[in-house]
Amino acid sequence: MPKMKMMMILPVLMLLLLLVPTPSFSLFEDQVGFMDWHQRYIGKVKDAVFHTQKAARKRVVVSTHENVIASLDLRRGDIFWRHVLGPNDVVDNIDIALGKYVITLSSEGSILRAWNLPDGQMVWESLLPGTKSSKSLLVVPANLKVDLDSPIFVYSGSCLHAISSIDGELLWKTDFATHGIDVHQLILPSASAVVHAVGVTDLSHFHTYEVGVMSGEILKHTTASFPGGVYGEILPVSNDRFVALDASRSVLVIISIQNGKTHLQQTHVSDLIHGSSRDTVILPSKLSGIFTVSTDTCIAFIKVTDEGKLHVMEKVDNKVVVSDALSLSEGEQAFALVQHGDSKIHLSVRLVHDMSSNHLKETVEMDHNRGFVHKIFINSYVRTDRSNGFRALIVMEDHSLLLLQQGEIVWSREDGLASIIDVTTAELPVEKIGVSVAKVEHSLFEWLKGHVLKLKGTLMLATPDELVEIQKIRLRSSEKSKMTRDHNGFRRLLVVLTKAGKLFALHTGDGRVVWSSLLQSLRSSEQCSQPTGLKLHQWQIPHHHALDNNPSVLVVGRCGSSLSSATAMSIVDAHTGKEVQNMVPTHSTVQVIYLPFTDSTEQQLHLLIDADNRAHLYPKTPEAAEIFQRESANVYWYSVETEAGILRGYGVKTKCNLDEYCFEARNLWSVVFPSESEKIIATVTRKANEVVHTQAKVIADEDVMYKYVSKNMLFVATVSPKASGPIGSATPDEAVLAVHLVDTVTGRILHRMTHLGSQGPVHAVLSENWVVYHYFNLRAHRYEMSVIEIYDQSRAENKDVLKLIVGKHNLTTPVSSYSRPEVMTKSQSYFFTHSVKAISVTSTAKGITSKHLLIGTVGDQVLALDKRFVDPRRSLNPTQAEKEEGLLPLTDALPIIPQSYVTHAFKVEGLRGIETVPAKLESTTLVFAYGVDLFYTRLAPSRTYDSLTEDFNYALLLLTIVALVVAIFVTWVLSERKDLQDKWR
Amino acid sequence: MAVLQRSTLILLQLFCLLSLFTSYSLAIAPKNGGGYTINGRVKIPGYGAKGFGLPVKANNAKVILNGGEQVTFLKPDGYFSFHNVPAGTHLIEVDAMGYLFSPVRVDVSARNPGKVQAALTETRRGLSELVLEPLREEQYYEIREPFNIMSIVKSPMGLMIGFMVVVVFLMPKLVENMDPEEIRKAQEEMRNQGVPSIANLMPGAARS
Repeated sequence: MPKMKMMMILPVLMLLLLLVPTPSFSLFEDQVGFMDWHQRYIGKVKDAVFHTQKAARKRVVVSTHENVIASLDLRRGDIFWRHVLGPNDVVDNIDIALGKYVITLSSEGSILRAWNLPDGQMVWESLLPGTKSSKSLLVVPANLKVDLDSPIFVYSGSCLHAISSIDGELLWKTDFATHGIDVHQLILPSASAVVHAVGVTDLSHFHTYEVGVMSGEILKHTTASFPGGVYGEILPVSNDRFVALDASRSVLVIISIQNGKTHLQQTHVSDLIHGSSRDTVILPSKLSGIFTVSTDTCIAFIKVTDEGKLHVMEKVDNKVVVSDALSLSEGEQAFALVQHGDSKIHLSVRLVHDMSSNHLKETVEMDHNRGFVHKIFINSYVRTDRSNGFRALIVMEDHSLLLLQQGEIVWSREDGLASIIDVTTAELPVEKIGVSVAKVEHSLFEWLKGHVLKLKGTLMLATPDELVEIQKIRLRSSEKSKMTRDHNGFRRLLVVLTKAGKLFALHTGDGRVVWSSLLQSLRSSEQCSQPTGLKLHQWQIPHHHALDNNPSVLVVGRCGSSLSSATAMSIVDAHTGKEVQNMVPTHSTVQVIYLPFTDSTEQQLHLLIDADNRAHLYPKTPEAAEIFQRESANVYWYSVETEAGILRGYGVKTKCNLDEYCFEARNLWSVVFPSESEKIIATVTRKANEVVHTQAKVIADEDVMYKYVSKNMLFVATVSPKASGPIGSATPDEAVLAVHLVDTVTGRILHRMTHLGSQGPVHAVLSENWVVYHYFNLRAHRYEMSVIEIYDQSRAENKDVLKLIVGKHNLTTPVSSYSRPEVMTKSQSYFFTHSVKAISVTSTAKGITSKHLLIGTVGDQVLALDKRFVDPRRSLNPTQAEKEEGLLPLTDALPIIPQSYVTHAFKVEGLRGIETVPAKLESTTLVFAYGVDLFYTRLAPSRTYDSLTEDFNYALLLLTIVALVVAIFVTWVLSERKDLQDKWR
Repeated sequence: MAVLQRSTLILLQLFCLLSLFTSYSLAIAPKNGGGYTINGRVKIPGYGAKGFGLPVKANNAKVILNGGEQVTFLKPDGYFSFHNVPAGTHLIEVDAMGYLFSPVRVDVSARNPGKVQAALTETRRGLSELVLEPLREEQYYEIREPFNIMSIVKSPMGLMIGFMVVVVFLMPKLVENMDPEEIRKAQEEMRNQGVPSIANLMPGAARS
């Protein structure tokens, strides 16, 4: 009898053990890197300053288009430190002062900051209030003496400022706005007590000023009139000579200042450069005595002789990229030229004194997927034989950064990945059958060894060396980075489209780049200038019909920035990165709609909506057209006109007369928001591939509620126009936030709710039958999150068993947007501590697993919040039945549990989006967060109930079994002995 | 020393302001040209007043105005400032890895410049000075508990072993200690009941 009782107790105990509540995402510190990876980037480099003299760690300080300033290790390209500045605080200039501070000028020259070079700590910050907006110039004296406080000169806001480089204090300020001057150049001759400022008034008068370094007084002022006007900038040639281009871009003007007088000298560009020369620009190059002119045919280096004569030294192809001048030791200057060859680049360094020959010529093999060279920065070092060696930092068309030295690529950084536009995933190829026995034996042995080590670790028997070994085994597990499909669906390719028009495939196992491809359709060409990527869609997902084909993705871009410009399209093989098809259709693209139909080769049907509201069907095959014709009655789409405040719904009308695959749209409905009271700030819809397991939701007391599950639900948030600005610009009385749930097939507003005294920005996520949105409550002055759940009331009567038996239920009636079901909504609001940058939700293969919200906070972290916390049925005192259901008692704020940050101790700097992809294993979802950094991890919102964790100790299991077997034998022997004794008795 | 001087200066300013207005006063300086400047300080405990350098953790700390409208960084002594802030009610957030800061509501008044209020939005506590301290430290990882024998015993497999041990070693002892008569009685009962069936286990089976 007791045996029986215990048998019954045991499973209960085990169940209890399994149900011990713990935060589901919590990680141990040694599990970092186990199933997640984190990559740090900086973006396309805009400006670079080398710091190599007298420094133990040679570094380069860069500013980028992603508004990052960073210090990089020149040996390996690693990031020493990095700061992401605010989006409105664009860095204009960077430099190094006193050999220990990085100086940045940002916000159109109004904020000057100094950062400590070794660790990136901000040392000082000063505001330079100007009077009139102007261009911003930064001059830092090249002073190697650390102690000497030489001021930094900044021209911004039409004022010239001198700032102490030690503490950032403003020493003096001279206003040029009163003179009506627009200063173009600041020149600080070395060992001089004056600053030269050169500018123009009304584009027809040149002015030069000499300003005292210590006082800021204007010492000298010369002027000369030039009726032709000036195009672009005035650039210095030497300390007393400047060059400018007249307004017609055909005459070069040399301005020379001699004895306090300004002389002008005009030369026609066509006299210097023969042949046609349009689009003339003077390139800023800082070469002494030489300036460079770029035309549509060539780049010319023009020397200004002492007498003021112009002399063309050399002409090179205009595809050549020229670096700024670099001062070498004996007053010598060098600069670099890069020429693009066939899968090679030719780098040559020339000395200013000896232009005729290359000082250095190197040819470097270059992957053609990196495109052309966009920028080059050079730096010199002294070789052991006391000659000058050069290293060049080059920025490529795909935004990558490379360091070249001695004809080799020392390191490269894929910084294009800092500007991801869109993400999709692709399956890996299926594993080929046939594995060698030796390999299996080997891996089995390794596996066992690993587990024995792990066991030692758990039993605290392992030595420190072995602990290191254990960690290594965990991280390096060869399983996770294999190039084949796995059973659980963890291994995949993340295909990402970047701003540079390059497509990357990242392996989810370790984040390495499997392939990358610079798309031809997204490169500037004659047909398509300045193309930008828009969307990435899965094009072909081979399942059963076309298993031999590789999966492919569709890339849609736009030529130029206006909505009506032509489309650029590519279809790319997701396994190899080859562009299978490259199309340049003539129509524009405003919207890309994925249709849930496939043709016989498993190509997904897509509709591209152009600016004239015509739908273009892809792929352009008769088969696709046939499928579309059959289903066209059920194809609907909508457009959001944010400016006008109108939502419009469309259906397919007729074929249009352009070609076979073009269809006219028919406007079905419009929702017009009154422009004086509502302005659209956010629209969110459900993910097209989301799976909902069940429509029914069992609540306490065995009652059932039916979720209103519709793929055509759109969440629209509007605010009163006064409150559309940033926080602090509107009072609570002026601000009204209204949220709507709209059916996009009929245009019916299913639900509308207003939040008085609230404003945007609104971030929302819509999934199943609920929407969660984040906004700012001005009355409480806190952020809030609200949830709306929507239920189908028309099915509520189905609970009656009798009706079900008699058959008087409506379960068999089809679900249609036109059936106008009775809906019921529940809503609740909570406070949330942080600002939010992005919000997303976990998605699993079958939709059974409970959901977690993934919230990208202002600190660039991703927080996982159980959906149970945002359940509108929460109440202050839940009944016993509700407690059993798992309903939490209501609290006014949502909890922030540090262990539930999925990014744990990492930051995804500049976070822009969070993408979730279901794994094949129902419990698990793959999460990819991107911004300037990338982060990937695997989450199990309800813990991995369908598999053993990777930490599961097989060795312990084996040990237990062995112990049990031994115990059986021992007891058997003992009982035998006892029997024998009994018999002897 | 510069730090010291500055802080005394601010204190002096504060004192002046306090004497002028009875409400909370902060280092908010009016500025010609529409905007105001908000000056404040982030204080992280455990980091002494030894001087240069915030703790390594706080090296990348950022201060954010109105959810990203302006972003600024901390000076070595923890001071920060926002420039050109229009009058109104603003929100300041501190982003420092490893610490949770409450957002702060700051009112910049247009009518009487200098009169400003600040309050932590999480705790609704007013601040007399714009000195921001973390609510708590954040630990992103679970602490791995040291190995003890109990954790093995408590694990399902441990329980199984324990159960086996009990059955194997203690059960015979129990049977031995029982009165032989009772055993006989029990055996008789068993015989009377015959083969135990599931029906006997069912509730209400005793009645039949």
